[in-house]
Amino acid sequence: MGSEMDFPRHLLELEALTRGQIEALLSLAARFKRERAKARAGESPADRRGLLRGRNVITLFFENSTRTRSSFEVAAKALGADVLTFQKDASSVAKGESLEDTVRNLDAIGADALVVRHPAAGAPRLVARSVRASVINAGDGFHEHPTQGLLDALSLRERWGTLEGKTVAIVGDIAHSRVARSNIHCLSKLGATVRVGGPSTLIPAGIEELGCKVVPSLRDALTGADAVMALRIQNERIADARLPGARDYARTWGLNARTLEMLPKEALVLHPGPVNRGVEMSSDVLDSPRSLVMDQVDSGVAVRMAALALCLRAEVPA
Amino acid sequence: MILLDSGRVIDPANGIDGTRTVLIDGDHVREVRDQPATPAEKLVHQVIDCRGRWVLPGLVDLHVHLREPGEEGKETIATGGRAAVAGGVTTVVAMPNTKPVCDSAAVARFVAARGREAGFARVIPAGAITRGSLGEQLADMAELKEAGCVCVTDDGRPVMSAGVMRRALEYARDLELPVMVHAEDLTLSAGGAMNEGPVATRLGLAGVPAAAEVTMVQRDILLAEMTGARLHIAHLSAAGSVRAVREAKARGVRVTAEATPHHFALTDAAVAGVAPGLPVPQPAGEPYDTHAKMSPPLRAEVDRQAVISGLHDGAIDAIATDHAPHGALDKQVEFAHALNGVIGLETSLALTLALVRAGGLPLARAVERLTVGPARCFKMPYGTLGAGAPADVIVLDAEREWKVDPQRFYSRSRNSPFAGWTLKGKVVKTFVGGKLVHEEGK
Repeated sequence: MGSEMDFPRHLLELEALTRGQIEALLSLAARFKRERAKARAGESPADRRGLLRGRNVITLFFENSTRTRSSFEVAAKALGADVLTFQKDASSVAKGESLEDTVRNLDAIGADALVVRHPAAGAPRLVARSVRASVINAGDGFHEHPTQGLLDALSLRERWGTLEGKTVAIVGDIAHSRVARSNIHCLSKLGATVRVGGPSTLIPAGIEELGCKVVPSLRDALTGADAVMALRIQNERIADARLPGARDYARTWGLNARTLEMLPKEALVLHPGPVNRGVEMSSDVLDSPRSLVMDQVDSGVAVRMAALALCLRAEVPA
Repeated sequence: MILLDSGRVIDPANGIDGTRTVLIDGDHVREVRDQPATPAEKLVHQVIDCRGRWVLPGLVDLHVHLREPGEEGKETIATGGRAAVAGGVTTVVAMPNTKPVCDSAAVARFVAARGREAGFARVIPAGAITRGSLGEQLADMAELKEAGCVCVTDDGRPVMSAGVMRRALEYARDLELPVMVHAEDLTLSAGGAMNEGPVATRLGLAGVPAAAEVTMVQRDILLAEMTGARLHIAHLSAAGSVRAVREAKARGVRVTAEATPHHFALTDAAVAGVAPGLPVPQPAGEPYDTHAKMSPPLRAEVDRQAVISGLHDGAIDAIATDHAPHGALDKQVEFAHALNGVIGLETSLALTLALVRAGGLPLARAVERLTVGPARCFKMPYGTLGAGAPADVIVLDAEREWKVDPQRFYSRSRNSPFAGWTLKGKVVKTFVGGKLVHEEGK
C-alpha cells in the first residue's frame, strides 16, 4: 500500500483526513472484512496475527461501552497485538489524577496504541499531545467517532460500489451525536450528499457548515434518499427538556413501517446501536432485509483492524 | 519636581494630543504645558527626555482578579500590582471573588492595605453584592463603601434572582454605589463550554448562547431604570448586549459598560485554533485551546465588531481586562474541565493599540476607554493629567515591537491567549502618585 505512510499516526477525527486517506483505509478494511468472512466460512485466509505481534494496544475508556471496546479488542487481537483494557470512571478521574498524567503512565508502561473514549470533546487530542503512542479516538464527547463513520461508509460502499452521488439522511439527536459529525465529514468527503433532520431542539447551531443540509421533516429526509441512519434517542433528552417523550418523538421522527413508505424501496437503513426499539426505529424495520445494522458491526471490526494497522505502520502483504 | 519633557501627550480627559511637557509635583500633576523644560529647570529638577515617546495618564482597569486572599498560588496583590504597572495600569479594581469573598470591611481593608504595602498600582477593592456572593442576602454595602469599595459585584456569577437584584440596586442607590453585574442567565448557559454556534458544533462542545448574556443585560437595565441605581455591566461580549446598553443610555438609564481586549481581539474561532480578528502576527493555534476559554465566551465576528463599535460610539465606556490568573494545571486539561479566564494586565494596552492600527478606533478614543472612561464609571479621580490630579502617568515607546512571552510576565500566572503574538507599544516608565514604580528593563 503506497499511501499508508501518508496516513497520520493518530486517528483523531475524520474532518482532518483526505478522501485519499479515507479510501486507503476503507480498501484495507474491505480486505480484512473479506478475510474474516472466509474464515467464518471455514476457508483459511491469510493469517494477520503477525502484523502487530509484540505491540501493545491499550483501550482506555472513560465512558461505558461494551460494543466499541470489544470491537477494538477483537480487531487488535486479530492483528496479533497484546491488548490491555482500562475502564475508568471519568468523574473519579476528574477529581484525582489528570488525564495527562494517566496517559503518560500508560505510555511509559509501553503502549504502542491508545484507543481512547472520553466524554470530553477534544480529550484524544490532549492525549496525543502527551504521549509517544499512536492515539485512536473511539469517541469524544459530541465531537467525533471516526471508526464509526468509517464502518458506516464501508458497509454502504460494499452495497453501492461508490458513495458518489448518493444521498444519506441522518435522523435524530444530531446535537449530542459524535456519530453524526463523523458521518457528515466522511460521507461528504466520499462524494455523498448528507441530509440531517430531527426536532429543532436536537439540531445544533451551524451544523450545515460541516457540509450537510438540514431538513425540516422526516418526509424531507426520506424522500429520494438512498439510505437513512437513525440515531439513538437518550432519556436525558427528556430530562433536559429537549423532548417531551419517546412517544412524541416516535410519532414525528421514528422509522417504522408507516414512515418508511416515504423512503425509496431499495434504500438502506442504518443505526449505530444500541437501538431503542420502537423509539427511533421499530423492530420490523431493524430486522428487515434493508437493515444494515448487523453488517455495520462486522464492518466495525475490519475498520478498526485497518485503523490500527495504518496508524501503527504495519506492513500488510498483498 | 519631575518633568516629562516634550513627549506626545495624549490626555483625552483634557482634550490634549500633542507635544507637551508634564510637570509632576510630589504626588500630583502640577501642569501640562507647551514649553519644553528650560535649562534652568534641568539644573534643579529631574527632567526625563520624552521626545519620541508617548505620555499618557495611567490606565484604569475596572476588572481584575488578584486572587488574594485565598489563591495566592495564582496571583497575589503584589504580583498582580507589579504586572499592572508593567502594563501601564496604575489603578486596578480588585474583584471580590476571593476566598473568603470580599463581603466585609475586614477583607476590603486587607486588600487595600496589601495594595498600599506592595506599592505598585493603586488597588481598589470591589465588594460583593450579596453575602458570600451567593445571590441571596445583601452584603454590608455601607460598610464596604466605608472600607473603600468603589462598587459592588458578585462577579464570576450573576444574581439570578430578579427580586434580590432589585433590592440590591435600591440599597446601592441610596449609597451612590455602582452595581457591577456579570450578566449570565445560568439556565441558558448551563453545561456550555464556549459560544454556541458553528465552531462549537464542529468541535462537539456544548454552547453558551449569546442570549444567556443579553437577557440578563436587558433585565438589569430594566431594574436599573426602575430603581434609578447606577448599573455597570462587566465584560460585554454579545452584539445584543451592546445594542441594549446603547439604547438604555439614549433613554437616560444610569448604565455604564466595559469590554475586554480578548473580546475585541478574538472570536470563538480561537477555540478551534484559527486566526482571530485582529491582524497581528501570531503563531498557529491548536484546536481545543483552553486559553480561549473564558466567561463570557469568545463570540462570533458580528459580536466582536459590535464590541468595537460600542467602544467607538460610547455604548462601552471602558476597556477592562477581566485579568483572571489560573495555574497551568487548571488549563492543561480537557476543554470542558478547564477553568474560565485569561490574564490581560500586561497586554491590554498593546492590544488596544493594535485595534487602533487596524482602524477599529481613533487613538484618542482608545486612550479614553483605557483611562478617564473607566475612571468616570466609578467616579474615581484617576485617568487624567489635569492640574492637581494624582500623578499616575506612563511613558510609552509606541513603536517598539515585542513578542508576548508569558514566561516573562510579572504576573504569577501564564494563561494568556496571546502568547507568541507580535505586538507594538511597550511601557517604559510608570508613575503612580508621582513615584516611579516601573521602569522597563529594571
